[in-house]
Amino acid sequence: MGTISLKNARKAFGDVVIIPGASLDIKNGEFVVFVGPSGCGKSTLLRMIAGLEDLTSGAILIDGKDMTEAAPSKRGLSMVFQSYALYPHMSVRGNISFGLKMAGMPKNEIDAKVAKAAATLNLTEYLDRKPRQLSGGQRQRVAIGRAIVRNPEGFLFDEPLSNLDAALRVNMRLEIMQMHKDLGATMIYVTHDQVEAMTMADRIVVLNRGNIEQVGSPLELYNRPDSLFVAGFIGSPKMNLISGKPAEKFDAQTIGIRPEHLGISLKDGTWPAKISLAEHLGADTFLHVDAGPCGMMTVRAAGEYDAAPGAKIFLTPEPDRIHCFDKDGKAIRK
Amino acid sequence: MARRETMQRKIFITALAWVVGLIVFFPILWTVLTSFKTEGDAINISGFFSTGWTTEAYSVVQSRSNYVQFAWNSVALALGSTFFALVIAIPSAWAMAFAPGKRTKDLLMWMLSTKMMPPVGALIPIYLIFRDLGLLDTRGGIITVLMLLNLPIIIWMLYTYFKEIPGEILEASRMDGASLGKELLYVLTPMAIPGIASTLLLNIILAWNEAFWTLALTTKDAAPLTQFIASYSSPEGLFWAKLSAASTMAIAPILVLGWFAQKQLVRGLTFGAVK
Repeated sequence: MGTISLKNARKAFGDVVIIPGASLDIKNGEFVVFVGPSGCGKSTLLRMIAGLEDLTSGAILIDGKDMTEAAPSKRGLSMVFQSYALYPHMSVRGNISFGLKMAGMPKNEIDAKVAKAAATLNLTEYLDRKPRQLSGGQRQRVAIGRAIVRNPEGFLFDEPLSNLDAALRVNMRLEIMQMHKDLGATMIYVTHDQVEAMTMADRIVVLNRGNIEQVGSPLELYNRPDSLFVAGFIGSPKMNLISGKPAEKFDAQTIGIRPEHLGISLKDGTWPAKISLAEHLGADTFLHVDAGPCGMMTVRAAGEYDAAPGAKIFLTPEPDRIHCFDKDGKAIRK
Repeated sequence: MARRETMQRKIFITALAWVVGLIVFFPILWTVLTSFKTEGDAINISGFFSTGWTTEAYSVVQSRSNYVQFAWNSVALALGSTFFALVIAIPSAWAMAFAPGKRTKDLLMWMLSTKMMPPVGALIPIYLIFRDLGLLDTRGGIITVLMLLNLPIIIWMLYTYFKEIPGEILEASRMDGASLGKELLYVLTPMAIPGIASTLLLNIILAWNEAFWTLALTTKDAAPLTQFIASYSSPEGLFWAKLSAASTMAIAPILVLGWFAQKQLVRGLTFGAVK
């Protein structure tokens, strides 16, 4: 129904290679998140799937059919853009129904579908307003309404929440996840926010400079990062990466330990450290410490940890939570 | 203290604006005043006021030539050339704004550079082409020339407006299944209406006022108001009042249009300058 496959899809502008060659199979009904820093090519990859960017070489299969050369509208996919990209001169109704109108659907059918989509998204009373008369969250809903009304095989989201404020973002995140559950459609979601990626995805695709670094479930990436890049990118606050003497003890170029996997003691431990700054979040306290040969590290302490800057503590990593990486930044599995 | 300073500033700026406005408006005022003088008073340019106001010049102009036919030609040339220019310019500007190639910038500069060439340089070839094709003194011929003449400016203006339209909106319409034609018709054009409107108005004004080609390539059948004015200029005799009357009649319609359209024009010309 809604499988999407990339077969060595490559994108280059002249000599500038954006995507050197990406291969990926997305199952029907899966929620896949493309995540990576800005400029990593995640949006380009999404736009290639949408048909808004041509492939330099390789192929894209949707439902098993080769869609590499197909027009965007023929691919059975809907897209929600970062800027919402609503038609400013059309009412909400006009925006939602535009795709159906282009498909030549009879008017009464269009009306029924628009009414249903508007009801699902709480937009019924705004149907005759113009986009400029709506709030950011409502505009986002219209953009989603425009996407669902066409009943596509798959949805493509290009950083859809990045223009919303924090509280609204959490709400919309839940709504999109609920929508995914209700519709059961394949969804590809692009974000640079690893929290969004972790909370929403069935599978995460981590991209770095156009290359797929690792594909896996959120916990797989969290527990078993394949590379230094994934280790540093997934998880918040970031994993502590230590090289030099302390790493050599583990026969590794670099070792990584997450802030939440360090034990704190005032008496003894593996690494002595001095607190330089404490961030109090209420439920947690993040201590930024100077751990001598290990460098600056972040440590999570549960609850309200009472620590004064300058205080001496000892850190002990949980032994089975230490990640080892070789000189190429690849994970050493034991 | 601060308040009085801003007040003084305001008065100064207002006064300055009036002075500049009057300087710009003076030739028109002078022409209109002269058109109501007798030929004797008109030639005596040191006198601002007339010894006796008269509409005599207008009566002579009315009886001597068919104003309506000239005016009708002006309307046809201005609207015709604008319409065809837009038909060509909208897709061109769309292509350059949303699907630029490596040479798009060069192409735009080249188009603009054609406006730097003195028109007289192309007069003889174009005159000969017109003569051989039988286009001299035909509306179709002049419409073509005026259209080509203003096309660079129109494409440039539309290109600037289109550049301001987020490409994602057009992409959204593509995802929604709009063909290229429908994308232009239902999405791009309605969004660009303010820009297209001011381009249209500016082109009508430019085409209306164009004198070089219309004087060179028309004689009677396709002659617009520029020819009408020129026919009152002569190397001898007294003609200032009649010439002024003809000029006043020729510029009146476009002045009225400009007056009503000034808001749109200013908005269009500063489009993109401020967000």
